[in-house]
Amino acid sequence: MQVQSMFFKQTASTKLNDAVLQRVMKKAKVKFVDGRAEGVALIDNWEDIRTYAAAMRDRVIANLDAYLIEFEKNAIRRGSVVHWAETAEEANAIIVKIAQENDVKAVTKSKSMVSEEVALNDALEAVGVSVLETDLGEYILQLAKEPPSHIVAPAVHKSKEQVAQLFVDHHHSPGTPPLTDIAAMTREAREVLRGRFLSADMGISGANFIIAETGTTLTVTNEGNADMVTTIPRIHCVITGIEKVIPTLEDFATLIRLLPRSAIGQTISNYLTLTTGIKAPDEQEGPAQMHIVLVDAGRTKLVGSDMSEMLRCIRCGACMNHCPVYQNVGGHAYGWVYPGPMGSVLTPVYQGIEKGGDLPNAATFCGECQVVCPVKIPLPDLMRKLREQQFDKKLRPFSERFGIAVWSYFVQRPKLYSLAASVGARFAAWLGGRGKLIHKLPGIDGWTDGRDMPAPEGRTFRELYVEKQRIKKANS
Amino acid sequence: MSARDNILARIGLQILRSQTQANIKSGNRPNASLGDDLGVAHRAVREVIAKHERGPLPGFAKHDPVEHFVAECERVKTTLTEVASLAAVPIEIARYLGTIADTQNKLVGWPEFADQDWLSAGLDYQNRPAIGSDLVGVTGCFCAIGETGTLMLLGARDTPKITALLPETHICIVKKSRIVATMEDAFQLMREEIGEPPRATFFVSGPSRTADIEQTIVIGAHGPYRVHVVLVR
Repeated sequence: MQVQSMFFKQTASTKLNDAVLQRVMKKAKVKFVDGRAEGVALIDNWEDIRTYAAAMRDRVIANLDAYLIEFEKNAIRRGSVVHWAETAEEANAIIVKIAQENDVKAVTKSKSMVSEEVALNDALEAVGVSVLETDLGEYILQLAKEPPSHIVAPAVHKSKEQVAQLFVDHHHSPGTPPLTDIAAMTREAREVLRGRFLSADMGISGANFIIAETGTTLTVTNEGNADMVTTIPRIHCVITGIEKVIPTLEDFATLIRLLPRSAIGQTISNYLTLTTGIKAPDEQEGPAQMHIVLVDAGRTKLVGSDMSEMLRCIRCGACMNHCPVYQNVGGHAYGWVYPGPMGSVLTPVYQGIEKGGDLPNAATFCGECQVVCPVKIPLPDLMRKLREQQFDKKLRPFSERFGIAVWSYFVQRPKLYSLAASVGARFAAWLGGRGKLIHKLPGIDGWTDGRDMPAPEGRTFRELYVEKQRIKKANS
Repeated sequence: MSARDNILARIGLQILRSQTQANIKSGNRPNASLGDDLGVAHRAVREVIAKHERGPLPGFAKHDPVEHFVAECERVKTTLTEVASLAAVPIEIARYLGTIADTQNKLVGWPEFADQDWLSAGLDYQNRPAIGSDLVGVTGCFCAIGETGTLMLLGARDTPKITALLPETHICIVKKSRIVATMEDAFQLMREEIGEPPRATFFVSGPSRTADIEQTIVIGAHGPYRVHVVLVR
């Protein structure tokens, strides 16, 4: 997917004025936030599980090469073919080659964010292979020719009226009245997709995790589409990131207590689909070929770096669900595959800080993302580190860098700072006038465009503190 | 160098570099040449894996698995009835099918249950894997998990998972003695009885669902609209 993150500010403004988006995002916010809170409340040792899971993910990342070798060995032993791709282009080339060598005409696909990263559908369609997204949300977006705006609920930005119209346009003759009932729309999609599930040559899925112990890849879904995609076609191809490896089945049991609860508050997702190797000779179902494509595409840059905690991520979406910025602008404003706080870290790291620079700044640093993260990723800290990199590389506007440089000069000289603050506070009190509200701040009027700033009383904290101490002494 | 070698070399270098920076003296990764170092790390990883260490279990892992299973089935919208013996299953299934709108008497199911007296219950039981047009699929399960009301199916010649997936109604026959408390227990049972996970290891918790349109939950996405458990004492 092409990065559009450099247009964050413009896109965010547009999205804030999009009435349909604002309506659906408000509805989604309640479901996600309340749902998670209820799901988490059902478990009595949530913090212990989080702590354990974070440490386990760190242990894997600190030995990532060894875990990948163990995974590869076991996957091969079970009949899978393991491919490695350093870049998006390599990943696409590998899968296109598998399709061409096996005369694949039709692919069914279950949701994979890595495939969105590398734009796999475009690569397959370019060589004449038809690709059908089968997750309902992804299917809707495929009809609408739009990218996902959420990693778990990809079509969260669409209203039911928009979906109904898409179904009329693609399933019926023009003029057919659109459906109004969401259950009926879901039924219609089921019926349209069923035949294509059964006739596909190759199934492509992502992987929520891959298990080193057994060479297993697995998906976590509610619809059952991943099960069809991994069971019916004669070839199954998994595309996933190298950081998804976990040691054992037990570790999966731990993580699955965190993932659906964090995502939407479910105690468990409806389908956990573990696939290990190819069909046995006497089996009546299952693929005869199993390919696993392990994708780097920027991930190794994070290993061993001061931002390696990001690789713990289990892609639950809780950080975006709880982010006040995401809740208001939606996922598309972020301009790449991963929106919200996790995207504000991943986009600049994977795609370059020059392109994704606005994203770490699109945060209030309220800290909620870190609070809800099931593997305790310190997202605000990581965004702060990216802001520092931007400053060092002179990527922020001159006025901002100048402002920070001036502030930095004063803050390192306490006497000067105290004097400046005292002058500044009196100046601001004068600006506020009798109403004690500043309507326009010279130089930084962006702050006061949409709201008034309460004016200070005229003295600084330090001055008040010194006085209070003096009174206290005098009284004692 | 292949993509594989490049990726592994980059990871190895990054790990070594970070260790040097952090001034960690030896730890898990002695600072030897890269190839030797990875060999040591790989051996250590295999030792860790072999322990099958369990993470912290929630308090409800100590609940009675069967009671918990019944309660959690309700949460995930799996319906459930209990019968005294396997022989009573066909009558119960006939009763259950009578309660759903498009009453069916044709079933497809696993060979395990083909010998039961389906005819007397007025049912036509076809011993084969499901196809797209089948409406009712009957399966057993490897075990069931109390913690989450989950059915664990292991795919094999006589236990095709497609039968639990394509029909609109999935009926699962669960022996009470096969209900374990947690997923960890289920994996342990699998290691004891089967060894490794088969190609398809499948956990089902309730009928298929989606909330992709305006976050409104709809039951019956691509898989079954109904999951019904017949619990056999």
